[in-house]
Amino acid sequence: MTPLSESSKPVIGRGFRLQWEQAQNAHVLLYPEGMVKLNGSAGEILKRCDGQRTMQDIVVDLESAFHARGLDREVNAFVSLALERRWLEIRE
Amino acid sequence: MSLAPKAPPVGPPFWLLLELTYKCPLHCAFCYNPTDFARTTQELETADWLRVLREARALGAVQLGLSGGEPLMREDLEVLVAEAHQLGYYINLVTSGVGLNETRIHALKKAGLDHIQLSFQDSTREMNDFLSSTRTFELKSKVAALIKKYDYPMVLNVVLHRLNIDHVAEILGMAERMNADYVELANTQYYGWAWHNRDRLMPTRAQLERAEQVTGEFRQRTGERIRVYFVVPDYYENRPKPCMNGLGSIFLTITPDGTALPCHAARMLPGIDFPNVKHAGVEWIWQDSPGFNHFRGDAWMKEPCRSCPEKTKDFGGCRCQAYLLTGDAANADPVCDLSPHHHLVLEAIARAEKPQVEEKPVLIFRDARNSRTISGWNGSPPSSSSR
Repeated sequence: MTPLSESSKPVIGRGFRLQWEQAQNAHVLLYPEGMVKLNGSAGEILKRCDGQRTMQDIVVDLESAFHARGLDREVNAFVSLALERRWLEIRE
Repeated sequence: MSLAPKAPPVGPPFWLLLELTYKCPLHCAFCYNPTDFARTTQELETADWLRVLREARALGAVQLGLSGGEPLMREDLEVLVAEAHQLGYYINLVTSGVGLNETRIHALKKAGLDHIQLSFQDSTREMNDFLSSTRTFELKSKVAALIKKYDYPMVLNVVLHRLNIDHVAEILGMAERMNADYVELANTQYYGWAWHNRDRLMPTRAQLERAEQVTGEFRQRTGERIRVYFVVPDYYENRPKPCMNGLGSIFLTITPDGTALPCHAARMLPGIDFPNVKHAGVEWIWQDSPGFNHFRGDAWMKEPCRSCPEKTKDFGGCRCQAYLLTGDAANADPVCDLSPHHHLVLEAIARAEKPQVEEKPVLIFRDARNSRTISGWNGSPPSSSSR
């Protein structure tokens, strides 16, 4: 697996789909025969993983949207976990 | 103020499974379809299925399974997929691959199909064709290549049992050659045709342990590349599976004739009136119908389940298994070693340890003639592998 860096551009993994579910009032990640209901921050991170934004862009964007600072560690940790679970992938 | 117990809140039917047809080019002896499927002559029309899709989605259904029989036997499959996609379902096609040519996979992809699960019966042509009572192996191999070509994750499902479980190494080797992303090695669950053939399909404990060991070695060698799921046969467990997460909790099946069920096999349960989408809306069916409320909560439970602290974890196991083995669907699933009927499971396992001497075991294949025979429509003996 490619190591995660500031310039990595994560994108939703093949076979997975992120969508807003009104009935659950949450973002969910759908995949073959399964579903993960995401908490607020996971949903906010994943919806920015569009294969265009770099990790750095994503952090900057989140920090500005939520008037926060120092989110890089949290974002990194979640993206690493999501890569492990194939929710996200990094295409070259 | 009412003194009646308050019904537990009903969440959405996250999982909608449409069994579009009982027609199938395969005749697998381990199929969970009801043995009397040949009685179903009227399948729902396209418009009925479309209405079911819309009504269930409005209730919060989001995972859609299209199954059967063989769903590709329905010529309106592409129409149903397009509507489901537009509604926001994640769409899984559960198929034998028979009937999936390039024209159809192209159309299905365009319509928004998300995922294809391809079933194989074994790794060799001979066993695949014998176990499904057809000649399909080469065709399936071609379909596997098409699935890759259209950029779907390659998900291979192989139902394991006594006659193929010793081939797990070869099955995994085949999956690797096909560049599978996921492999599901699912031991047979004994419902429908599989129940009928149970003693011929039950693996021995030694077979099971070998298969698990081979799977473990394969996982170590291939690492992240191929995800292998190994589903143990529940007869070899001592606690039951949390079947459907409790009936009526997240899962809704519609059979080819429109009967709504809280699990694929529930139609066998006697004395419960399961509603039909031809006569009622999905919202009433899911929330209010007696059939769907029957096994909600724990008021229906008997001992030892009722006072068991694990009842919130496994919901007493599988109602259909309780019924098939004990004759009462409200009993504890006999897989549980706390069940007074657990000996029935142990006896079935003990029978599996005895050598079976036939060169080719006599399996009752799933076809319309056998269906009519088993369900008592005529007197001729079922056709078997000896034909």
